[in-house]
Amino acid sequence: MAFAPGRPLALAPAPQIVSPETTQSVMRNVLIAMVPAFAASLIFFGLDALVVVGVSVVACVGFEYLWCRLFKLPNTAGDLSAAVTGVLLAFNVPSTIPLYMLIIGDFVAVIVAKALFGGIGRNFANPAIVGRITLAVAFPVAMTDFVAPLVSFSPVDVVSAATALAPTASELSLADMFLGSEMGVLGETSVLAILIGFVFLLVTKTITWHVTATYVGTVFALSTLAGLDPLMQVCSGGLMLGAVFMATDYSTSPATLKGKIIFAVGCGLITCLIRFWGNLNEGVAFSILFMNLLVPYIDQLTPNTPVGAEKRGGGAARE
Amino acid sequence: MGRLMGTSHARLRSHNRMGVVIPHNKATAELETVVMPLPDKIVLPMQQHIGAQCAPLVKRRDHVDAGQLVGHAEARTTADIFSPVSGSVTEIRSLYYSNGRTDVAIVIEPDGEQTVAETVAPPVVTDYASLVEAVKGSGIVGLGGAGYPTGLKMDADLSAVDCWLVNGAECEPYLSSDYREMMEHPDDILAGIGTCLDLSGVPRALICIEDNKPKAIELLRTMAADDARIGVLELPARYPQGASRVILKNAMGRAVKRGGHLTDVGAILFNVTTMSEISKYLKTGMPLIKRRITVMGDAIENPMNLEVLIGTPTGEILEFCGLSRKPAKVIAGGPMMGITQIDMDYPVVRQQSGLLAFSEDLCGRHETTACIHCDKCIGSCPMRLSPISIQKAYRKADVAELDRLMADLCVGCGICSYVCPAKQPLTQSVGLASRLLKAEQRKARGRG
Repeated sequence: MAFAPGRPLALAPAPQIVSPETTQSVMRNVLIAMVPAFAASLIFFGLDALVVVGVSVVACVGFEYLWCRLFKLPNTAGDLSAAVTGVLLAFNVPSTIPLYMLIIGDFVAVIVAKALFGGIGRNFANPAIVGRITLAVAFPVAMTDFVAPLVSFSPVDVVSAATALAPTASELSLADMFLGSEMGVLGETSVLAILIGFVFLLVTKTITWHVTATYVGTVFALSTLAGLDPLMQVCSGGLMLGAVFMATDYSTSPATLKGKIIFAVGCGLITCLIRFWGNLNEGVAFSILFMNLLVPYIDQLTPNTPVGAEKRGGGAARE
Repeated sequence: MGRLMGTSHARLRSHNRMGVVIPHNKATAELETVVMPLPDKIVLPMQQHIGAQCAPLVKRRDHVDAGQLVGHAEARTTADIFSPVSGSVTEIRSLYYSNGRTDVAIVIEPDGEQTVAETVAPPVVTDYASLVEAVKGSGIVGLGGAGYPTGLKMDADLSAVDCWLVNGAECEPYLSSDYREMMEHPDDILAGIGTCLDLSGVPRALICIEDNKPKAIELLRTMAADDARIGVLELPARYPQGASRVILKNAMGRAVKRGGHLTDVGAILFNVTTMSEISKYLKTGMPLIKRRITVMGDAIENPMNLEVLIGTPTGEILEFCGLSRKPAKVIAGGPMMGITQIDMDYPVVRQQSGLLAFSEDLCGRHETTACIHCDKCIGSCPMRLSPISIQKAYRKADVAELDRLMADLCVGCGICSYVCPAKQPLTQSVGLASRLLKAEQRKARGRG
C-alpha cells in the first residue's frame, strides 16, 4: 500500500527553500555591529552614553509603533529598523544633549523622514542623518557641547570644545583618534570600534565593502592631494561612522555596483569640499544626504545590462 | 585546449559573482544507485517534455510490452512516450498538475514478465542525420530538467557550432542524479559525446562540472585523456551554474542575444545524463523508460539515489524509501526549481531528477514584508536582471517597461526569491512578467 498523506500537502511555487535572512535578521546584524562602538562610547563618555542610546531607541521604536497603530498599518516596530535608527541617531549626538532635543530628533527621523514617505524601504534619505541635521540646525549649541573623554591614551590633555577637525585640536594624536579618545558625538570617536563592526557586517554579508572602501578611499586620496594628513582626515569626524553605517543603508544607496561606486565617490567628494572649504561640522552627514537625493537618478543611469542584451549606444551601458 | 582553458578561466573571474552559494545538502552524493523493484502500477503522463502533448496509442485492457510506443503526437516539437513495463492498460485517466493544468495518463498494471517489445532493436546509425532520427525515436528529452526533445535540439544547423557543451553542473541543492551518472557510467557519457562529435563534425566538447564534485572531474578527465577533443571544465559551485545561458557565459564567455539560441553563438548544450542515455540507446535500442532520481529531504528515512521506471507513482517511491516523519511538502525536482506534488499518484516523469519530502520544519510560512531595497535580487540574478523593478512594472502591467527591463530573459532559477530578506514573491512575479511580455511580443509580431 502506497503512502497516502493524512492531510493536504503544501502547495507552493518554486523556490521551495529560502535563505534564512529576513529584514529583522539584517537589522539585528546591524545592531550587533554597533555594539563595539556603543561599548567605546560607554568607556569614553560613561553612563550618559547609555542613557542617550536607551532613550533614543525607546523613542524611535515607540514612534514607529504609535504610527502603525494610529494608521492601522502592519506593525513594523518589531523589524528592528527603528531600533537601528535610534542607535544611529544617538551615535550622532553629544553625550550632553538634553533628552527632549534627542526625542525631537527621533521624531523627525522616524516619522518625518521615514513614515511619511511610506515606511521602511521607501524613505528617500537616511532617517538618522535627517534627524542629526535637523538637530544641528535647530540646536547648534547643544549639538556641539562636547565633553572631554573619560579615558585618554596620549599625554596631551584635551580641553578644547571643538571636534578634532577644528584647528585647535591639531595636537590630538592619531592613536587617540583611532581608539576614540577624542571629543565628539557618541558613536563616531573610535575608529577601531567602528571597524570591528564593519568586519562583522562583511562577514555576515549584510553589506559589501564597496561603498565604505570607495567613500573612505576618496577622502584619503583627496586629502593627500590637498596636502593634508590623510590618516588624520579618515579617522576624524563622522567619516568612519557614516561610511560604515549610514552610506551603506540599503534603501538610500543605489542598486547596482556601478551606482554604488558613483554614490560613494560623490559622498567622499562632498565631504572633502565641506571639510576643506566649508565651515559646517556635519560634512559627512550633509554629503550622504546630498547623495541620497541623487540615488534615483544614479539608479536610472546605472542599470545592469542583462546578459545577452544588445549593447546600447553612447557607452551608457557597459558589459 | 590549453589556450581555451586559459581564456575561459580569465573570463570566469569576471562572471563568477553571478548567482549565490546555496548550502549543497548533497548527502546522497556518494551513495550508489539502488534499483527500485517493479511498482504496483505505472502512471504514464502524455506530457513529459516541452512541446505537443502525445495522444495515447493504446486503450483500456490492451496488453503492452516494455519499450513499446504508447504515446505519440503528429507535431515537430514532441517526444514519443514508451511503456516502461509489460502489462495491461487498466485505465486512461486525467491527471491534475499542482499548477492547475491537467494531463492525460495511461495507467498500466505490470505483469512482472518485463517482456521486451519486438520493436526494440539497436538503431542503424551511419551519419548525423540517421543519429538525429534515432534520437528522435528514443523518447530522450533534456534530462537535466528542461525536457526539451533531444533529437529536435540536435536537428539544427551545426555548421557554425565549434563546441558541444555537456552540462554536468548539477547546481540544484540535494540532487546528485547526474553526479552518480558521471561516477557510475562515465564510459557511456564519453561514448555518447564521442559519437555525437564523430557524426556531427563539431570539433570539440567541453564537460562542465561544478567544483564541489572533484571526484567526477578527476574521473572524467582521466577517462577522456586519450580523446583530445573532449575537455573537462571546472566551474565554481554557485547556483544557478547549470542554467544554459549561465553555463555558456561561464564556460565560453559567450552570451546569447535576447531571443536567440545557443547555436547562434556557436554552441550546443546537453545534459550529461542525456549524453549517456543516447549512448545506451544506440547500444540496446531500448527507449528511455527509466531514470535515476535523488530521493531526499528531512522526512525521508533512507535517502538514496534511486533508479525508477518512468511513471512510478510518487507514493510508491516514498513507501520504498520510508518516511521518518510526516511530510508537509513533497517536491518533484530540486528545491530551487521543483514543483510541489499533492497527488501521490503523480509519477516520476522523464525530466525529473529528484523527489524531496520536507517536514514542517523545512517549510515555514514566510511572511512577506516591505522591500527594503537591499538589492540582493539585482546583485544575484545570473541574467543581471532587476527582479524588484520587474515586479513593480508587472503589477502595473506596464509592458513597455517590462520590455525595457527585458523580463523575457528570466531563466526561472528562483534565486531572487531565495535571497530576498523581505520574502517577496519575486520569482513568481518575474515568471508571470516574462509570460505577459512574451505573449505581447507574439501579438505584436502577429500584427507586424
